[in-house]
Amino acid sequence: MISDAPVLQQTSEPADSTAAPSRLSRYARPLLGVLLPLILALGWEIVVWSGWSNGRLVPPPSRVFATIADLARSGELVRHIAATLWRVGLGFAFGVVAGTLLGAISGYWSLARRLLDPTVQALRAIPSLAWVPLFILWLGIFETSKIVLIAVGVFFPVYLGVMGAILIVDRKIVEVGRTFRLSGPAMIRRILLPAVLPAYVVSLRVGLGLGWMFVVAAELIGASEGLGYLLLDGQQLGKPAQILAAIVIFAILGKLTDWLIEVGAAPFLRWQDAFGRAKET
Amino acid sequence: MLALDRVSKTYPNGVQALARFSAEIRQGEILAIIGGSGCGKSTLLRAIAGLDRASSGTVTLDDEAIAAPHAKIGIIFQEPRLLPWLSVADNIGFGLADLPAAERRAKVARALERVGLADKAQAWPRELSGGQAQRVAIARALVPQPEVLLLDEPFSALDAFTRRDLQDHLLDLWADTRPTLILVTHDVDEAVVLADRVLVMRPRPGRLFDQIEINLGRPRDRNSPLFENFKRSVLTSLDRSLDRNVPDRDATQGPGQAMWW
Ligand SMILES: Nc1ncnc2c1ncn2[C@@H]1O[C@H](COP(=O)(O)OP(=O)(O)OP(=O)(O)O)[C@@H](O)[C@H]1O
Ligand SMILES: [Mg+2]
Repeated sequence: MISDAPVLQQTSEPADSTAAPSRLSRYARPLLGVLLPLILALGWEIVVWSGWSNGRLVPPPSRVFATIADLARSGELVRHIAATLWRVGLGFAFGVVAGTLLGAISGYWSLARRLLDPTVQALRAIPSLAWVPLFILWLGIFETSKIVLIAVGVFFPVYLGVMGAILIVDRKIVEVGRTFRLSGPAMIRRILLPAVLPAYVVSLRVGLGLGWMFVVAAELIGASEGLGYLLLDGQQLGKPAQILAAIVIFAILGKLTDWLIEVGAAPFLRWQDAFGRAKET
Repeated sequence: MLALDRVSKTYPNGVQALARFSAEIRQGEILAIIGGSGCGKSTLLRAIAGLDRASSGTVTLDDEAIAAPHAKIGIIFQEPRLLPWLSVADNIGFGLADLPAAERRAKVARALERVGLADKAQAWPRELSGGQAQRVAIARALVPQPEVLLLDEPFSALDAFTRRDLQDHLLDLWADTRPTLILVTHDVDEAVVLADRVLVMRPRPGRLFDQIEINLGRPRDRNSPLFENFKRSVLTSLDRSLDRNVPDRDATQGPGQAMWW
């Protein structure tokens, strides 16, 4: 009891002192995050503008945005973005469907897990890009091989996420379902699905991230349109501003699609502990 | 009537948790089961709930054999086990999915009122205190109006004040429809304050050792000499079940010993 007292005081003190600035930092913290890139960009802009550097290899932000504007005006930008989005979307959809189905089967049914999981794990150990030559041989260098490659990248995190989430569903909560005599489908809908949803959303976001990574790889291999093509074209024609423009757009699209998943899932995850939300900020 | 006829349970690992346990429990009776740790109380309760099959012997409710969870039998666990993704109201209505929505809402509202949590209807389970959460669990189990309610150490995770509160509250709720209550507890005080009859179990393998009728009217005065007497006889029996020395009659137990672990 006696030795408890000082410890208690110690722990309560920092809690108090963080309470006040936390309101301020809700707005300040994101701003703080963009401060460094802003300063760097502005600094480089000034360096180039004042003539200390010609900025040929590292174009200043204004030139990058001018390139984006040019591409947008000619309609090129929309065409490239559409091509890339289409590939990511389709590959993501196939990867998610396959990953969810197989992951659910392996998680729910232990015989299937013993049968299926070792193979999947073995395949997962292969760096996915190693498949590229084979995919091209099998499926040609056009859309199919690209979409399959992206789907493969998305598949593994989703499969693992779904299976893992089902395996760790709290047996005690499943028992609640049993005492209320839920049928198999009702058990899935009312207990298992909500229980795995948080982990599922995380695996979707990881999968999407890999999808964006693999679309770049797929488009670098050979494409006549797409943001990856812009990268390659910029390299071959020596247009670093175009490369940076493509990178900026990749970043924006990646963040945007990730945000869409997050926002789409948010209404279903409101029940989660503040712990999860605290981690995000 | 709930009848247990020579219920035995041997787990796959060879542990014989229950051996030929027989008892008959009247409709509306409050039965407490008490006994040393590992003597098979939870195993027995889970067999009655139909969550685990007995290795041999039968559980029958009004001549119907129980082998799987049954609509007339509800259970409350040591932890509230609320579904974290459902609001308090939806948790309470969880077992009423077959009812029309309006009827379900009415029953849930009444139950919320009854357990004193009307203002928490839309709260998430994580926003409740331990005692509140356990009250929600009680409401969830009671709202389908089971004939038998099983409770496995339902208040053991709560502090002494909250525990007393909930014991009284449970009796209050019980009086509404008078289901059969079968309560596993480690707390002699709790057994004597709630039960009509206390069964004492003996471990390795778990079997019935003794039973003590608590012939006290309700509400019971926890401080009356008569109450103390019943407590002492339960404690004595419990000690005997564990082959301990019987406590000296003169060395009256202080409040510190009212809890028996
Ligand atoms: N799933 C299981 N598999 C194997 N043995 C088990 C299992 N569950 C319980 N046992 C064993 O069966 C015996 C009875 O366990 P049970 O949980 O019924 O005891 P209990 O009386 O509820 O104990 P406590 O008061 O500590 O909760 C114990 O020896 C325990 O180790
Ligand atoms: Mg137990």
